[in-house]
Amino acid sequence: MKAQVKANELLLENKAFIEKPNKQWFIRVFVLAVLICIGLYALVLQVIEGHLITGMRDNVVWGVYIVNFVFILGLSYAGALIAGVFHLARVEWAKPLQRILKLITVFSLIVGPIYILLCLGRPERLFNLFLYPRIQSPITWDLIAILTDLIFCVVYLYFTYIKDFALLRDNSNSLNLYGWRKKLYKFLALGYQNTPEQTKLLNQALDIMAAIIIPTSIIAYSLLAWLFGMNLKVGWHSAMTAPFFVLSAVYSGIALLIIIMWIYRKTQKLEKVFTDNHFLYLGFALVILSLFYGYFYFSQYITDWYNLQETANRLLDKYLDFSQYGFHFSIAIFLVAFLPSIIIGLPWFRSINSIVLTSVLVLAGLWVMRYLMIVPVLETPYLPMQDFRESWVHYSATWIEWSLTIAGISAFILFFIVASKFAPIIPISEMLEKKGENKLVIFYKTRRKLSKK
Amino acid sequence: MKDKKGNSRRKFLSAGLKIGVATAAGGLAAANVFEEPPTKGEKIKVLTTDGTVIEVEKPVTDCKINPCVPAKGVEARKGIPGRSFVMVIDLAKCKNARKCVESCQKGHDLLPDQELMKVYLMKDNPESEPFWFPKNCFHCDNPPCVKVCPVGATFKRTDNIVLVDADRCIGCKFCISACPYSARILNWADKESYASNDPSYSPETQVPGQHGTVSKCDFCPDRARVGKLPYCASSCPMGAIYFGDKNEDAVTNGEETLRFKELIKERVGYRYLEELGTEPNVYYLPPVNRMFPYERGFSKLSEEQKEILLNSISKP
Repeated sequence: MKAQVKANELLLENKAFIEKPNKQWFIRVFVLAVLICIGLYALVLQVIEGHLITGMRDNVVWGVYIVNFVFILGLSYAGALIAGVFHLARVEWAKPLQRILKLITVFSLIVGPIYILLCLGRPERLFNLFLYPRIQSPITWDLIAILTDLIFCVVYLYFTYIKDFALLRDNSNSLNLYGWRKKLYKFLALGYQNTPEQTKLLNQALDIMAAIIIPTSIIAYSLLAWLFGMNLKVGWHSAMTAPFFVLSAVYSGIALLIIIMWIYRKTQKLEKVFTDNHFLYLGFALVILSLFYGYFYFSQYITDWYNLQETANRLLDKYLDFSQYGFHFSIAIFLVAFLPSIIIGLPWFRSINSIVLTSVLVLAGLWVMRYLMIVPVLETPYLPMQDFRESWVHYSATWIEWSLTIAGISAFILFFIVASKFAPIIPISEMLEKKGENKLVIFYKTRRKLSKK
Repeated sequence: MKDKKGNSRRKFLSAGLKIGVATAAGGLAAANVFEEPPTKGEKIKVLTTDGTVIEVEKPVTDCKINPCVPAKGVEARKGIPGRSFVMVIDLAKCKNARKCVESCQKGHDLLPDQELMKVYLMKDNPESEPFWFPKNCFHCDNPPCVKVCPVGATFKRTDNIVLVDADRCIGCKFCISACPYSARILNWADKESYASNDPSYSPETQVPGQHGTVSKCDFCPDRARVGKLPYCASSCPMGAIYFGDKNEDAVTNGEETLRFKELIKERVGYRYLEELGTEPNVYYLPPVNRMFPYERGFSKLSEEQKEILLNSISKP
């Protein structure tokens, strides 16, 4: 009962952020909406004029769109994976992060697949994927994986919201809300009254969803990696592809988590919830993941480099040649493989702000690394590219692709702004549960005592 | 009357097959299939598979394979029965005249920069002389493009041909990236002659084309049906491109007809990037004993273009 009182207090303490929006909030939404509209205008142009107005051509058939697709879905799977592991392992300090992680998962799972639609020459024939599905194709695997994951993640997200919806419903009279929101909370809380029976059922459901979500996200992202791994192209055709993708996903997920945590800590004054320790712990996770990333990358490329096959040689040359991708490559690999160790690993530069800045740079670096994993490989077919048209040989994205990229990011931010207005960004009820109160009944049930007492 | 007509058609169908078998046995091979002029009402004798000689009416049209019209829809996915199309390109004869490229573009209603047949300048190793390398779709027996298609818009037929059904293609371009031979292109620009779900469209002709869908060399089965060589083979001034049927063991460039197996055996024919395991159906004869220097192929190119080619030279 004490927890209940505390929860009410915490909710009322932070009520300003969920009450009726002020002018500032609307301005933010408006700016993002404008950015999205510019993207939509670009999309209309692309549909009318055809793909010729993008940078994509016969060699580089997938450009920035597929980079965004891979990158954003990586964030999604990372969110699900980290949230699931933290939940099942009962990591106490990570409880306040749960909601952000799950929101990352669902929102990026909505935004990401849009980019694959932008890649289609005939998007209006998308239904053919259901009319004539072929299970041999990695795209079909992806379709199944993304849809499955989306359903699981939305259900999981909703389950974690139920306790807080009940809390909002019970406190709705002391909050300044529109009438429809009060009704909606009542509906969404599904009559949850915090009885022991209900709590037990809901907690079990959450444990089951967490356990399902972990393998689902790993499988889904591996299937996405095989979109490239199953291809005969030098640079993609490697057994490393899937594990490497999963690792990069978790890495980018942690970096984004730090950034979003910092933004809400600043804007909603949540210093007591997102403490310095949160940044430190996640910062160290970033260091470990960066070292793993460096190790994976090194072992992938040392094997190509040691015995140079002709096409692989041409590809590696492009990464090292400063007139081609040399700058992108050296800066990006420094950011993702070395920077966290220097800034966060060593004691001298370590601070909350430096950890956040590192996360931003890591995220940007990871995007560039994805770009370098896709575009130069497509520019290196087995046959020489003997085309007299420069744009056919070298890919460079046009404003259409960039504005749609910005539109996607804006949509992602907009979702977050709306979601954190609708319900607290921290899982209040879950956070205040006492340690050990929510036992893992299903998975931890053991027939005999583990330790002799 | 109606009955009789249907009967003769059936007879003709079986006769077509028998002609194929008989000519192969006689060693005259595909020369007959591709060059014979049509005559009216004449009877010819053919040898059947069981060794008896029968007399059939000679076809009135140029039709060599029934039906003579390009197959559409589900039929286009099956392939011409008993055929196993194959192409042999003699690299010693190619001088980059680009007639194959141009006639293919004309025949398939392509834009000037769309090439289903491309001519590369290649070089095996630093010591060897460069050579011209015409490259179309290899119609692989283990096609990576067909594997990855999510909707079955591209398919492998029983007659070796890999085609695209543009009516079904969603334009995901996965097949373009999956093809190790860069054989596929997308119709990036929209054209006035393009039309979706056009009743006259057949995957065998790829005409009319469709915006935002994938296109590729189709081995021109519509031309084989009426006894013509593909555009590239029939237009090559050097006769470098041979087209034929593996089952008949014969390939022809329109002037001479050769036994496929002997040709590959004696001239040490090879398939490009054999090590990828894609089992191509286009064979190359090594560019040995050439009739002219490779530089002659530069005659149509500017200095700048020549530079680009020479810089990008790599081993095939």
